[in-house]
Amino acid sequence: MTEISASDPLVRLKAVNKHFGPLHVLKDIELSVGRGEVVVVIGPSGSGKSTLCRVINRLETIDSGTIIFDGRELPAEGKALARLRSEVGMVFQSFNLFSHKTILENVTLGPIKVRKIPRQQAEQRGMELLERVGIASQASKYPAQLSGGQQQRAAIARALAMDPKMILFDEPTSALDPEMVQEVLDVMTGLARDGMTMMVVTHEMGFARRAANRVVFMADGQIVEEGDPSEFFTQPNTERARDFLSKILTH
Amino acid sequence: MEAVVDELPVILGAFWLTVRLTVVSGVISLIWGIVLAAMRVSPLPVLRGAGALYVNVLRNTPLTLIIVFCGLGLGTVMNVQFSQDDLSLNSFWLSIIGLSAYTSAFVCEVVRSGINTVPLGQAEAARAIGLTFLQTLRLVVLPQAVRTVIAPLGSLLNALIKNTTVAAAIGVMEAALRMKNLFDSHGDAIIPIFLGFAAGFIVLTLPLNLLSGRLARRLAVVR
Repeated sequence: MTEISASDPLVRLKAVNKHFGPLHVLKDIELSVGRGEVVVVIGPSGSGKSTLCRVINRLETIDSGTIIFDGRELPAEGKALARLRSEVGMVFQSFNLFSHKTILENVTLGPIKVRKIPRQQAEQRGMELLERVGIASQASKYPAQLSGGQQQRAAIARALAMDPKMILFDEPTSALDPEMVQEVLDVMTGLARDGMTMMVVTHEMGFARRAANRVVFMADGQIVEEGDPSEFFTQPNTERARDFLSKILTH
Repeated sequence: MEAVVDELPVILGAFWLTVRLTVVSGVISLIWGIVLAAMRVSPLPVLRGAGALYVNVLRNTPLTLIIVFCGLGLGTVMNVQFSQDDLSLNSFWLSIIGLSAYTSAFVCEVVRSGINTVPLGQAEAARAIGLTFLQTLRLVVLPQAVRTVIAPLGSLLNALIKNTTVAAAIGVMEAALRMKNLFDSHGDAIIPIFLGFAAGFIVLTLPLNLLSGRLARRLAVVR
């Protein structure tokens, strides 16, 4: 794994608060993600994990606090926000591939329209990425013709096509049939090994142990505990984390 | 029957004008209607309000009133002219303004309902790769939205073909006004002439219905 610089994190959240109506989903969140670091966020459902992921590219706005990405505060809107989003990849639970476009078109849309890369060049790079995630033979098909695992790998290729500084994964395997989970995790593990900065919300503890530099445990909108994966899984510090782990690991 | 055969060139000429009214105002309505739909889903409250106001006023005003306003209000009072010496060309374009202003309000609502069928995740994914609001709308949301509403858009075009007859109110010599004129000159053949014109409209509308149904099936977005 690559060297992680703690002094100059890629993302830093300071005192971030967020409400959905009466629900306080993020409570005074303090979190940094270093360059090249893989942070896995776990916790019970409704704990604010997905929201934490989504505020980093401002798919959700925050009520107070600051988020610094690559040395600058997140832009509020407009062209600057679009530019920020082009630098932060996002992979969704429900894939969200563009239904009316082929797999290759899904991968090349951003490079062509946002980065203004010539079509031919974008397609060549797109095919390389589809090769890398193992679905080059599906390039001319439409999303609905692919299995869930293939769609999610296409979505990862779409994120990679923008050459992002970081990729956010919002429960990338939760909507998959069990036999397709591994093929997606394998691609993600490969990315982690290649030094991609990643923040992964997941329930896949195996992946967390194998690929994460750090585990962040959230409950009720707060970061309850964070630390080294092997330490966290063997001897968690808080009762809340012990309780959570006992429910998911003992069967 | 003889009267219909004798006057066939005149009748076809009138239907040609009906077709031109339909095509021109159909194209304008589609474009303007999509712009209105974009306004109604935009993040700017001013644009949303303006779009809603336009749609609710135009959709709830009888077309006859709108056309007469275009003829008298725009044409006569405000002196909007498209041609100095050709009066029929003037009323042709004034009626197109009225037909387009009216039909676009319906197009807007149909397209907007189409936008609502596109899952939110599609727009989120588009924004997440750095597309702007307009790019997201143009490249991801609208292409899917329009495909799902081809059949109702076909119905609107069908209604527009028949609505062009209201242009008769300001003297556009389309099929309905020509029919009335032929009644005056062929008082003994009112029913054959009427049937001829009715058949003419069916010839225009029926294939359109079949075509839009087929197109809707072929372009459907599979999820």
